[in-house]
Amino acid sequence: MTTIEDVPPPALVDNDQHPVGYGRMLRKEDPRFVRGLGTFCDDLQLPGMLHLAILRSPVAHARITHIDVTAAEAHPKVKAVVTGADLAKRGLAWMTTLADDVQAVLATDKVRYQGQEVAFVVAEDHYSARDALELIFVDYDMLDPVIDLRTALDPGAPVVRDEIEGKADNHGFDWETGDAAATSAVFKDAEVTVTQDLVFPRVHPAPMETCGAVADFDRVSGKLTMWSTTQAPHAHRTLYAIVAGIPEHKIRVISPDVGGGFGNKVPIYPGYVCAIVGSIVTGKPVKWMEDRTENLVSTAFARDYIMRGEIAATRDGRILAIRSNVLADLGAFNGTAAPLKYPAGFFGVFTGSYDIEAAHCAVTAAYTNKAPGGVAYSCSFRIAEAVYLVERMVDRLASELDIDPVELRMKNFIQPEQFPYTTKTGWVYDSGNYPGAMNEALRIAGYDDLRAEQVVRRERGELMGIGVSFFTEAVGAGPRKDMDILGLGMADGCELRIHPTGKAVVRISVQSQGQGHETTYAQIIAEEIGISPADIDVVHGDTDNTPFGLGTYGSRSTPVSGAAAALVARKVRDKAKIIASGMLEVSVADLEWRKGAFHVKGDPGTSVTIQDIAMRAYGSGDLPEGLEGGLEAQICYNPENLTYPFGAYICVVDIDPGTAKVVVRRFIAVDDCGTRINDMIIEGQVHGGLTDGIGIALMEYIGFDEEGNCLNGSLMDYLIPTSLEVPHWETSHTVTPSPHHPIGAKGVGESATVGSPPAIVNAVVDALKPFGVQHVDMPCTPSRVWEAMQGRARPPM
Amino acid sequence: MQVSMTVNDEVVTETVEGRMLLVHFLRDRLRLTGTHWGCDTSNCGTCVVQLDGEPVKSCTVLAAMASGHSVRTVEGLEVDHLLDPVQQGFIECHGLQCGFCTPGMLMTARALLDRDPDPSEATIREAISGQICRCTGYTSIIRSIQWAAAHAHEHPTSDEPTDATS
Amino acid sequence: MQVPAPIEYERATSVGHAVGLLERLGAEARILAGGHSLIPMMKLRLVNPEYLIDINDLHEELGRITVTDGEVRIGTMARHRELLESDKLYEAFPIFRDAERVIADPIVRNRGTLGGSLCQADPSEDLSTVCTTLGASCVIRGSSGDRVVPMEEFYLGPYQTAVGQAEILIEVRFPVRQHSGSAYAKVDRRAGDWAVAAAGAAIWLDGDVIADARVGLAAVGPNTTGIPAISEALKGLEPSEEAFAVAGQIATENCDPVTDGRGTSDYKRHLAGELTRRTLRTASDRAMQRSRG
Repeated sequence: MTTIEDVPPPALVDNDQHPVGYGRMLRKEDPRFVRGLGTFCDDLQLPGMLHLAILRSPVAHARITHIDVTAAEAHPKVKAVVTGADLAKRGLAWMTTLADDVQAVLATDKVRYQGQEVAFVVAEDHYSARDALELIFVDYDMLDPVIDLRTALDPGAPVVRDEIEGKADNHGFDWETGDAAATSAVFKDAEVTVTQDLVFPRVHPAPMETCGAVADFDRVSGKLTMWSTTQAPHAHRTLYAIVAGIPEHKIRVISPDVGGGFGNKVPIYPGYVCAIVGSIVTGKPVKWMEDRTENLVSTAFARDYIMRGEIAATRDGRILAIRSNVLADLGAFNGTAAPLKYPAGFFGVFTGSYDIEAAHCAVTAAYTNKAPGGVAYSCSFRIAEAVYLVERMVDRLASELDIDPVELRMKNFIQPEQFPYTTKTGWVYDSGNYPGAMNEALRIAGYDDLRAEQVVRRERGELMGIGVSFFTEAVGAGPRKDMDILGLGMADGCELRIHPTGKAVVRISVQSQGQGHETTYAQIIAEEIGISPADIDVVHGDTDNTPFGLGTYGSRSTPVSGAAAALVARKVRDKAKIIASGMLEVSVADLEWRKGAFHVKGDPGTSVTIQDIAMRAYGSGDLPEGLEGGLEAQICYNPENLTYPFGAYICVVDIDPGTAKVVVRRFIAVDDCGTRINDMIIEGQVHGGLTDGIGIALMEYIGFDEEGNCLNGSLMDYLIPTSLEVPHWETSHTVTPSPHHPIGAKGVGESATVGSPPAIVNAVVDALKPFGVQHVDMPCTPSRVWEAMQGRARPPM
Repeated sequence: MQVSMTVNDEVVTETVEGRMLLVHFLRDRLRLTGTHWGCDTSNCGTCVVQLDGEPVKSCTVLAAMASGHSVRTVEGLEVDHLLDPVQQGFIECHGLQCGFCTPGMLMTARALLDRDPDPSEATIREAISGQICRCTGYTSIIRSIQWAAAHAHEHPTSDEPTDATS
Repeated sequence: MQVPAPIEYERATSVGHAVGLLERLGAEARILAGGHSLIPMMKLRLVNPEYLIDINDLHEELGRITVTDGEVRIGTMARHRELLESDKLYEAFPIFRDAERVIADPIVRNRGTLGGSLCQADPSEDLSTVCTTLGASCVIRGSSGDRVVPMEEFYLGPYQTAVGQAEILIEVRFPVRQHSGSAYAKVDRRAGDWAVAAAGAAIWLDGDVIADARVGLAAVGPNTTGIPAISEALKGLEPSEEAFAVAGQIATENCDPVTDGRGTSDYKRHLAGELTRRTLRTASDRAMQRSRG
């Protein structure tokens, strides 16, 4: 367990273990950030650069009858004004989304959500661009908006997507998984069934840096260079080629330093396309940086699932089946960034960490007059929603059966010997030791003592709650036959080159928005090849200089690109071994590897280092027959499966009986992500995700009024936790390697965001047991908790 | 109008519009892009700099208001290319991930330690409560500031690339 | 980022100069103090003054906290942080430190001012409630001199005060009476957020009984509410839970909260009562300590 109290006493502490491979290593990327020398998108200044600002719809649903741009065009500092009609002439007004739907770049016929892009200006400076927006006059003919998801599919509801020929409703898609008949049969005969309606409200990733781009189209060479806050530069490059009709080899996408992604920076936003058009039209580099309101109101939101959960069990606590029905809010366009075969993402893992007999889920998605999105904010492709559902249902069952929620989980866990385990929805969990993680969490929490304390406090009228959550995630999308983004398979490349003097450069297909890849990838290579991480340069984020890959999201970096890095290093090592055999004049079979050097078996003093081998690879001496010079390799890694990290979380809350304010007193998180590359970085990922959980469970919410006005379009209204809302994090880990991953590692970036909200809500409900409260929907603000205490718990939407 | 102020110990004089925000003056006019911005409502704190030694949100101060005053940004923390203990502390204790909120956190940390060289954990939490980090969960930021407090009197560290083998 | 519309910037060299500028420049001129209410509104283009008159150089003249036996006077340029940290102010009126702890955040408190808070007149604003609770008077200066307006008459409606176009609020005065205690309590959804509801209470003791009691509420009505009925109900009573409960009940009946994103009207009404009880309790404890000590 690590707590604040573990900070060492004053003395020069070397926090860096200087590992040649895995271990605690300080980050190589830090020096530029602490000196203020990072290069984030808005830091870029190119000669002659212009600034773009977007005029957005103030209303949720209206026909555009007239746009007058004459005053804006007359502004002395304005270089261009572009409307949807202008784009339509070039076939650019609409673009494909990541879900293979279409989305307007600039509205043509009507606006479909508040904040939708209507026109843009390009001006000499940012202030003038903003001023010019006020000089564009748009006439709107108001239409009734579709805001309430529950009535969006009612007959007679206004139609959001009437531009689709023949479309007469707001139906998006239907999807199901599992076995409906088998599940019904189990429910019919079950001794106990519990049903609970629950929502996962709309929230937003809100990274500290908003989205933006600098587009520079060179009229002479025809090359477009696009710096943007993208988590997937290669995918974006291919999509720009398709959308903008610029040949792909003439497009370079660069993801510079990015101030947080969390899934918000996966989609291609209209603003990016506007910047490209702006650059083409003006012949100058054009920068677009959205403001915070634009970010919250128009970019990819997260969650917004209305769910019904059902759980069937025996009276003595064996879970038999889980069933769920989901109504999903797509917003006005389907922009969900999920593999095409999984329109509801990986929600299919709603069977959780339990060995059950049957499961079924049906998802219906509908269009509404709100911004597009849904898959974002560290959800691991809807696993956050799935885990929330199953962990709340298990707690509901525990309450119904009057069984301790830990005991109920332990009783139903998939056991270690059952792995690999195929769930009733077809997911093959690779490895797990669930009791191990749970026991570690119980130990750190002092669970029995907490329950004893709770008894005492309850007698005094205090409201103390203990909430448990156990999650299994599926991360590392994924095998190319199953997983793609718009037909681009989710396999990733990696290239490693060792230089003559034994230094190295690795070019990876994923890029960092804070995950520390410049450090961890150097460590992966170092572990395999024995070169110090300090001597390994990690190149990422530039499509001209890195191999193709699908980007960083869904915790896929370590499972996919990390695997590629390890395997490409082994390829290099295999070649090095042959060179070494030549240098030492022995056969390859006579050599053994000790990190950094090949030794002759039985004669350990006779060896050559990897540095010696590198010099030889480029030198003038002979190489073994058939071997080319140089020391490099490349690979494209197609994962055989996802990886399945898991964790046990315990949350302790105290609720003020008079004000109903929830304070998180303690949070214990035990994570298992298999082989751990850098403990320090993993701990940081977990801390960040746990903070997300507090935000989501207690205060974050994107809401709308009846007219479709977004009510949480600023950081004054969209509340993100500060240092005063979070406790000391108590974290620990177990290690259960992935059997199929080359280094046994699993992803971890989103685990804590996924696992923590149900722990907190379970704790709140537990605290309110004296009031007979069975469920409180998020966000558990003081008012919503108080209303629950009065017997008036309601969903937020 | 003309504004003249001291920024990181150098006097700068520029002609600006009355409405120009200090954050833009620093970033766009003086090319000191270490100071960031992240919201429109003075909530996020990625723009924090020191004005006459006190942390302020530079997105909510006009450049004109700072005229005649002294501003210090993250670029002004290092001395002769040697890192300030707060900067080293954030490296030592993983106080940053994406780095976007970091300059603001560093300026607040520096101002705090200048006032209170040995703050309690509660004091540190309170001091940074006006700034949001989406990455770290705050515990490592607090540890970083505690590290800086504990190592205040040691020699600042060189900013040469970290040599992981030494 | 969203940015303000163009403005002309003036810097005042004295209070008289500032008043003169307001007169000369007219209705499109606004005073700029801490700027943390005004500048955000300008960035969102909710207000678009043509002229800003920066009075931050007047902190020397307008930023003092003066405590005498009969009165506390606070200049309106006093920063939130100064009000939080002033020990002599805490001695006289601990309600100030209670409130300042939960106003905005420490960085904003370096700039925001008492005057700025009062003049913004947001219905959820905390210092307004503090001043109402303490029965403050507002000193307003115009070209023809100073006038004093009691807090009851200072607010004309949300975001509207008695300060005229060419006037500046320069000082707030608080009567000091013996054996007093005061306290503030606020519920918010997160640190730095506006109040869901808040209450300030002040109690003056005469021996064992309450000589006077005042309660002010925030965020439960169009402006901060002072509740005379509470004063009436508590005068002459010994401080007790029963007495505070009566006051709490009166508070719930004398507020007019709306349901919004921060909370339901039922909840806010409940908080009005709950926080009134809590602050009266704390104020009373403090008053009794001061009486003895």
